[in-house]
Amino acid sequence: MEPINQFTGTVCPINRANIDTDQIIPKQFLKRIERQGFGQFVFYNWRFDDDGNKREDFILNDPQFADSEILVAGENFGCGSSREHAPWALLDYGFRVIIAPSYADIFYNNSVKNGILAVKLTDEEVETLLQKSSTPGFKLHINLEEQSVSDDSGFKAHFDIDPYWKKMLLNGWDEISVTLTAEDRIRQFEERVYGKQYS
Amino acid sequence: MTKKTVIEKIWENHVVSREEGKPDLLYIDLHLVHEVTSPQAFEGLRMNGRRVRRPDLTYATMDHNVPTINRHIVNDPISKTQMETLKQNCREFGIELADIDHPDQGIVHVIGPQLGLTQPGKTIVCGDSHTSTHGAFGALAFGIGTSEVEHVLATQTIWQKKPKTLQIKVNGKLGFGVQAKDIILAIIAKFGVNAGTGYVMEFTGEAIRSLSMEERMTICNMSIEAGARAGLVSPDVTTVEYLRGRRYAPQGEEFEKAAKTWLALASDEGAEYDKTLEIDTAEIEPQMTWGTNPSMGSGISGVVPSPDNFEREADKESVRHALEYMGLESGTKLTEIPVDYVFIGSCTNSRLSDLRAAAEVAKGRKVQDHVTAIVVPGSQTVKQQAEAEGLDQIFINAGFEWRESGCSMCLAMNDDIVPPGKRCASTSNRNFEGRQGSGARTHLVSPSMAAAAAVMGRFTDVRELAGVNQ
Repeated sequence: MEPINQFTGTVCPINRANIDTDQIIPKQFLKRIERQGFGQFVFYNWRFDDDGNKREDFILNDPQFADSEILVAGENFGCGSSREHAPWALLDYGFRVIIAPSYADIFYNNSVKNGILAVKLTDEEVETLLQKSSTPGFKLHINLEEQSVSDDSGFKAHFDIDPYWKKMLLNGWDEISVTLTAEDRIRQFEERVYGKQYS
Repeated sequence: MTKKTVIEKIWENHVVSREEGKPDLLYIDLHLVHEVTSPQAFEGLRMNGRRVRRPDLTYATMDHNVPTINRHIVNDPISKTQMETLKQNCREFGIELADIDHPDQGIVHVIGPQLGLTQPGKTIVCGDSHTSTHGAFGALAFGIGTSEVEHVLATQTIWQKKPKTLQIKVNGKLGFGVQAKDIILAIIAKFGVNAGTGYVMEFTGEAIRSLSMEERMTICNMSIEAGARAGLVSPDVTTVEYLRGRRYAPQGEEFEKAAKTWLALASDEGAEYDKTLEIDTAEIEPQMTWGTNPSMGSGISGVVPSPDNFEREADKESVRHALEYMGLESGTKLTEIPVDYVFIGSCTNSRLSDLRAAAEVAKGRKVQDHVTAIVVPGSQTVKQQAEAEGLDQIFINAGFEWRESGCSMCLAMNDDIVPPGKRCASTSNRNFEGRQGSGARTHLVSPSMAAAAAVMGRFTDVRELAGVNQ
């Protein structure tokens, strides 16, 4: 996955809580056997009506927001299904950073593993950003090393992130390769518990 | 000796590596695989020249896409490719597969327990959020994403931060007409869809102890709808007796030995939890959801709420949005809401006892003319058992369709779809917008409440139907 540290991008607000993964990517698009190409389907039922026409009242259909790279949303973002197609679709669409007060556990893990930085800010900070970003073209600067989010007019917030996830994101590591460096410990565990060697 | 919860005991038994500043590396005892979340993981293995470390601990089936009418005609070519891809991957990597023609095929969370693959004390993962179902056995079972599926295939381990523990204590005995589904829906309605985020839940209390294994599975299945990746019940005699004689469970003397180990895993008396929430069965009547997430529900005697009943602005907005999507007016009695579709099935409620409960209501009654009602058994084995008892005939005589096993209308990835604007009484687990079809309106209920809705043509308090004794 691609490393991420400093990132500046335009912001799109979706002011809803509990945005579930069925909304991020509806099930009819889960049948592909590749990781790529899901961006065209992101928030499909909110972007398009039953006849496939664009819904004008949805923010991503506003040309001024269509190319946003940072998504700001309400609490418990990504709840529901474990489908990793959700972060694949967000990333493929062009979102590299998400900002919300909280995330569903599985979605959060899936995001990190695809190099998406899911930033947790307080309710008040997210509220401020939802308001500021309703003006098209609003930009935020993200600094993962410093764990900060700032804009050009004095907003600055600090966010917490697990040091392990931070390292993974900063380095863009492939987790399986990291784990396999500890293969001797896996082997020892197997010998102790399963009484056998498997490699 | 420090007193431990079942969660802590299982965790400690599986730590492969523990280092400061890192999550623990946990060993996985059972990895269940299905067609939708695995193709990219196998492709990743191939691209990196990796193999599956423990095919003997991996078991696959196809459930999400499979047709429930004619099993051999998959109309959607992309679904067909996905099923074919799983077949090839299992062959290439040496993984046992219950495919569409196999007598053990079924919903992955129904067949794991049925075959005895699911056992107390195991760590179990699957690329599906309802993996929490297996927690009913006192296993630590949770859903993972596709990158994690690939990681488990390659290493048989997973990096996990030790979760906090949340006890959900259900006090009292279950009231007349109240099922396991009503308990979990009531818990989610009371505590919310993110009450369990960051926690593993253990369900305790008199009401839980008295439940059968199938009922416990219904409860643990929906832990994820309360935000908890895993939910479990401490193993007891009910757990042990369920597993006795199952194909993949230990046999003979080995079983007795295992049973002792399993029982010792139960949470110690007086073990401490990071948080405890309690609910009394006296407050639980048959439940029904009215909104677009599983916490938007209430007892059947309730009414559709007004956004003004909620304090936070964000909640008012969510409720307004939900009522608009659901086409409901505040103040409408839940029992006045009509239904168009009824779905009895899914990894929440498609086991034999669920079908029996629904059949008891359906027996001698007729599905209303304007209602389409389908029953989808959780597995081929459940289907055969139900047919041996004549449940299929009860359903068919009442005007229900009797189908083949699969996930079906729970997420409508196959041809079983609720049309736009239509209202469905569903025994599944998610009432999200568009879940059962674009524009479809889902109301979550128990199996007997779903059957009652089918025969009355509207949502009905099952306790008011004559001759219902559960």
